[in-house]
Amino acid sequence: MLGRTLREVSAALKQGQITPTELCQKCLSLIKKTKFLNAYITVSEEVALKQAEESEKRYKKGRSLGDLDGIPIAVKDNFSTSGIETTCASNMLKGYVPPFNATVVQKLLDQGAVLMGKTNLDEFAMGSGSTDGAFGPVKNPWSYSKQYREKRKQKPHGENEDSDWLITGGSSGGSAAAVAAFTCFAALGSDTGGSTRNPAAHCGVVGFKPSYGLVSRHGLIPLVNSMDVPGILTRRVDDAAIVLGMLAGHDPKDSTTIQDPVKPFTLSTLTDVSKLCIGIPKEYLAPELSGEVRSFWSKAANLFESEGAKVIEVSLPHTSYSIVCYHVLCTSEVASNMARFDGLEYGHRCDITVSTEAMYAATRREGFNDVVRGRILAGNFFLLKENYENYFIKAQKVRRLIANDFVKVFNSGVDVLLTPTTLRGAAPYLEFIKEDNRTRSAQDDIFTQAVNMAGLPAVSVPVALSNQGLPIGLQFIGRAFCDQQLLKIAKWFEKQVQFPVTQLQELMDDGSSISEIDKLASVSLKH
Amino acid sequence: MWVRATRLGLWSWLGWRRGFTSKADPQGSGRVTAEVIEHLERLALVDFRSQEAVARLEKAIAFADRLRAVDTDGVEPMESVLEDRCLYLRSDSVVEGNCAEELLQNAHQVVEEYFVAPPGMCSPKWLNRLSLSELRI
Repeated sequence: MLGRTLREVSAALKQGQITPTELCQKCLSLIKKTKFLNAYITVSEEVALKQAEESEKRYKKGRSLGDLDGIPIAVKDNFSTSGIETTCASNMLKGYVPPFNATVVQKLLDQGAVLMGKTNLDEFAMGSGSTDGAFGPVKNPWSYSKQYREKRKQKPHGENEDSDWLITGGSSGGSAAAVAAFTCFAALGSDTGGSTRNPAAHCGVVGFKPSYGLVSRHGLIPLVNSMDVPGILTRRVDDAAIVLGMLAGHDPKDSTTIQDPVKPFTLSTLTDVSKLCIGIPKEYLAPELSGEVRSFWSKAANLFESEGAKVIEVSLPHTSYSIVCYHVLCTSEVASNMARFDGLEYGHRCDITVSTEAMYAATRREGFNDVVRGRILAGNFFLLKENYENYFIKAQKVRRLIANDFVKVFNSGVDVLLTPTTLRGAAPYLEFIKEDNRTRSAQDDIFTQAVNMAGLPAVSVPVALSNQGLPIGLQFIGRAFCDQQLLKIAKWFEKQVQFPVTQLQELMDDGSSISEIDKLASVSLKH
Repeated sequence: MWVRATRLGLWSWLGWRRGFTSKADPQGSGRVTAEVIEHLERLALVDFRSQEAVARLEKAIAFADRLRAVDTDGVEPMESVLEDRCLYLRSDSVVEGNCAEELLQNAHQVVEEYFVAPPGMCSPKWLNRLSLSELRI
């Protein structure tokens, strides 16, 4: 049951094949079994069971709220959840319990979703490995998959089998791991520079970044106000579309959400791609790109071409500057956003009482890790009067050039861009930590963050397994506010590639869930 | 007391200076002088505890310097991707609030309905510019 898609399990709930409470308990027990992944910071067991109970009552009366009623979901720990600790994986917010729900969380709960818990991340969503949080790193479930382990047996490995575990990517690594390990059917992440798409690619799940302004950021503890968006992680593109349909729309509490009306939609199936024009940005052919990813990218392009689509090479000339531009804008906005953490009204507070400034300084030293502090300092440097024009304003100008690159390409008739999501498959943790956070982010965000600067929608779809048995994802980038069309194309592509299911047999209940996937045909999908 | 504070201030400033001008970071831009560090510390209220932090900042600046290579003549800065749209303004009516008790629960030091803060830097003791290092008593 846990291996099914959101749509399938929703149908199963409606047909009474399983009750919300049973489903919730299965997920809770799997969460306990997979605790070593460290995907969850907080497991909201009592809350989840209560919500499941209420959902069950609704189903009994035949009054389910919709496709999400009774479905276990997880939320990244930088979304405020009323009554549930929200830490952003930082000492600064340990013990902080928000008095309100983020709009996206509220919307999911209003649809009857069951909140399993808050997932782990890089501290304040800064990082590309989910390794720098106060609660420890997140382990990639694929480190324990049959596919990966079998490949590893061919190579000599150390005595401690667990020392070579892989990172999930970041910063929404916990959410990606939670979905990949079947502990929930959808998870919320956040995406500022690729933080949803990067771990999605490494964990073999779908990671969707909506257009900036489509989904409310109210309650999402901000990193970069002009680039943050809530992201959606699921095992199928269709599931991501269901969740998006519930979340998209204007929010009076977030003035950066657009006012255009958004109706919940059902993703229709694309059968004919011959009218599509796929763009391949030539600057994304980075020298560091692994041969395998490159070959999958090439195969994907050929697939579209063989089905009649027009596949052309396009140019995004300012790509090589996008990482630098992002670095300046991100650190500057971070410097501003982190200023609110002073220990007075919420969060950690140090013991110093000699003066306000001393108290603030010590609180912030104790609360933030090196990565966060480094970014705050760099950001403040770029915002100094003497540097403002040369760094911050300059970066904003470069941002416009980057955004214009995309506009030009889409205006020339391209419907969607096809690019890799990451340079290579998930790295082993011990290798990943050899370089510092900033270097890693600069390397790993290379394909994903230009999209945030332009505010476009993008989705990472798992394509195939590498030679090492690890998932590789490819990214589709769409036009602004054409999220539905983007997902339609991604859904078509997903069907063609048939990405294999993670075989985590030692984690599943009797391995029975794997065989249940074969029984897809027996579940009718009538609504 | 005032005189002692002055001496302390000067001393630590000299200490910082000596520490940072003696090593030349090959990757650094040399822009991070002691004055800049002190200034940033006061602005950010986050301190540079070590050489490592300074080196990190210098690398970040060197990285950012790559932007100079881009020709941005005549280009307007972009603040938001939604610049072509109007922001929505709510009507000025109170629809929520009255949750002082809930909000106060998250603070460590509270007295009645007040958040308690230590004294600000406005007393005569602090008249001299002290670096953050002195404040770590």
